[in-house]
Amino acid sequence: MNSAGTFAPIAARPAPLSTHGVSGWIRRNLFPSAGSSLATLTIIAAVVYYLPGFIDWAIVNAVVRPDNATCRALDDAGACWGVIAEKYRLILFGRYPFAEQWRPLAATILMLAMVVASCTRPLWSRWLMLAWVVVFVAFFILMRGGVFGLSAVETDRWGGLPLTLLLSTIGIAAAFPIAILVALGRRSHLPALRTICIVYVELIRGVPLISVLFMASFMFPLFMPQGLTINVLVRVLVGITLFAAAYLAEVVRGGLQAIPNGQHEAAASLGLSYWQTQRKIVLPQALRLVVPSIMNSFISTFKDTSLVTIVSLYELTGSVALALSGDANWRPFFLEAYLFIAAIYWIFCFAMSRYSLWVERHLNVGHRRD
Amino acid sequence: MADKPSLKRRHWSWRSQAFRGVIYQVLAVGVIALAVWFLTSNTLTNLRIRGIQSGFDFLSQPAGFGIGETVIAFDSSNPYWRAFLVGLTNTVRVAIIGIAIATMLGTVIGIGRLSKNFLLRSLCTAYVELFRNIPVLLQLLMWYLLLNEFLPPVAEALNPAPGMYLSKGGFTFPVPVWGPGYGLALVGAIGGAALAWLYRRWAAAQFALTGRVRTILWPLLALVVVGLYAGWLLGGAPTALDIPEKTEFNVIGGGAVTPEFLALTLGLAIYTAAFIAEIVRSGIQAVPWGQIEAASSLGLTRKRQLQLVLLPQALRVIIPPMTNQYLNLTKNSSLAVAVGYPDLVSISNTTLNQTGRAVECITIIMAVYLTLSLSTAALMNWYNARAAIRER
Repeated sequence: MNSAGTFAPIAARPAPLSTHGVSGWIRRNLFPSAGSSLATLTIIAAVVYYLPGFIDWAIVNAVVRPDNATCRALDDAGACWGVIAEKYRLILFGRYPFAEQWRPLAATILMLAMVVASCTRPLWSRWLMLAWVVVFVAFFILMRGGVFGLSAVETDRWGGLPLTLLLSTIGIAAAFPIAILVALGRRSHLPALRTICIVYVELIRGVPLISVLFMASFMFPLFMPQGLTINVLVRVLVGITLFAAAYLAEVVRGGLQAIPNGQHEAAASLGLSYWQTQRKIVLPQALRLVVPSIMNSFISTFKDTSLVTIVSLYELTGSVALALSGDANWRPFFLEAYLFIAAIYWIFCFAMSRYSLWVERHLNVGHRRD
Repeated sequence: MADKPSLKRRHWSWRSQAFRGVIYQVLAVGVIALAVWFLTSNTLTNLRIRGIQSGFDFLSQPAGFGIGETVIAFDSSNPYWRAFLVGLTNTVRVAIIGIAIATMLGTVIGIGRLSKNFLLRSLCTAYVELFRNIPVLLQLLMWYLLLNEFLPPVAEALNPAPGMYLSKGGFTFPVPVWGPGYGLALVGAIGGAALAWLYRRWAAAQFALTGRVRTILWPLLALVVVGLYAGWLLGGAPTALDIPEKTEFNVIGGGAVTPEFLALTLGLAIYTAAFIAEIVRSGIQAVPWGQIEAASSLGLTRKRQLQLVLLPQALRVIIPPMTNQYLNLTKNSSLAVAVGYPDLVSISNTTLNQTGRAVECITIIMAVYLTLSLSTAALMNWYNARAAIRER
């Protein structure tokens, strides 16, 4: 068509698709390729198909009032959140005497406040340790009673959230120093000490927690001299602590291994003793390196406390069964009650994992590149 | 000469590190020996006073209880040791199937978390955050409740696919009728695998000799499949299936698993998959992007990049924690006792209640799990030594 000599520009290329704005975001994140588009459409279809039914069950048809007749009339068309309104005190505080339940409530709030305080950076000081001791003592006085005009409540009536918190905080607090000693022992030059630590760690890590708890509950009474009985709560606590310490020791050992030998040599050339070296040079660096794993270990211990229900201590998981199995009216609504405590566990664990991210960011300033 | 006595004296003084080391160790061993002696003597005294017999002789007595689901035949007149064996096989069954499901699910979700697709990525993140942060025991109880509560009774069993029935009574599915053909197929597959191994060695030798790269994956798979197929044909190509049939009140025939097994296996797999997903994701992210760029600049195709550069480096990071998760799943299968599945711990618990031999029963549980864990750990150490980066 074109005669020679006339200038004909080729057609302009189409402008590239926008990568900005709403349409650009949708294109980039939802429909970048054929396979991805298919995935997007499948997910949207699934949500459209299932979500209305779920919302109907959880919200629209749900009964919130503790009204057994209405709940039973639902016949699975909706959730009966009323079971929580009816039973929350049994679920949260277990078999603790009903009239005295302000005490476990106060103890729980005290413990939670202390945990939050320990997580707040401006409050990190030596006094925190003392505060923990005070809080533990106050917790025991509140729960156990027998002094200051509080009626005595035996530990076998303790249950629910305070018991979960007690088992996990004491388990973690007691396991941590043991873990550090065992980790140091495992890296020690003294063969007998090293062997003892290795055997302890591998033995505990090789068996399920439930067998350790069985041991604490069934075998421990056989180990003690005649006439000496130790409270089952204490025995289980010892079991959880020893179990958590073995896992934590491996985490700490990982941190110790990452410290270059030069640090030990420099400390030795300054004339620091073994313990001074560990306390002032090695441990601060090693622990900082493994903060995320330490927090993961804490989260595991918190979740593991649910297992004590198998040896008949009614912490959060056990107290749900306690609250509902005996009551034929409310027994059909186990699922709602389980979802309730699952939400409690989830909030605690999720908060811990977010906190661990924060600590990692703020503690590792020296290692940060930017 | 004057030095020597003083040197010797210093050697035995409190200031000598070596001397202090010896003292510490003697003290530690002494304390532990004392504790062990104290506990053992207490235990023996207590056992004698309470008139509890000890020893493992009870293992040969008849158990007197039935077990709901067994891999090997068992009835209540069989001895205790056989009950323990049934428990062990049940544990292994849950562990193997659970590990297979958890690995597949976890890998898919871990890769999904790195997807460019926003919805897919969010869905996978939500999965991980949801299931990781709820105690596994609670999840198992919830799955069991869901299966027990919301499945129809046997008479109205769901029929999700032809020949499969799902109800409160469990899950029933078609199984091939066992015939010699399957045995031969297995033999064929093993023969194929052996040939494949020889081929791989030959290909590696050829690569070292000539530098020519040969396809590995497809010939290997083909050899195994051909071996399997040949064995099956040789055995008369059996095709008979035992398909469950629904009668008015029941479902009969086929293979079946109980709701307890389903709840335990699915619950453990779904929980562990959340951890495996994180391991897979961090393993892939641990390979620096520069490695992929370098591979591209060498002209490797995307498949070869994945095969030669990304996967070998990612697997080195992934496999040790993955093994830990497998062990965790196996150990968590002891929670079967909460949903009533007859695993090792649950059977030991029954035996303990019947015979009162707490020490023996708990020793058996611990010994079995320890053997499993320690042998896996030994295997892992061997793998790590092999897979470690060889530096100068």
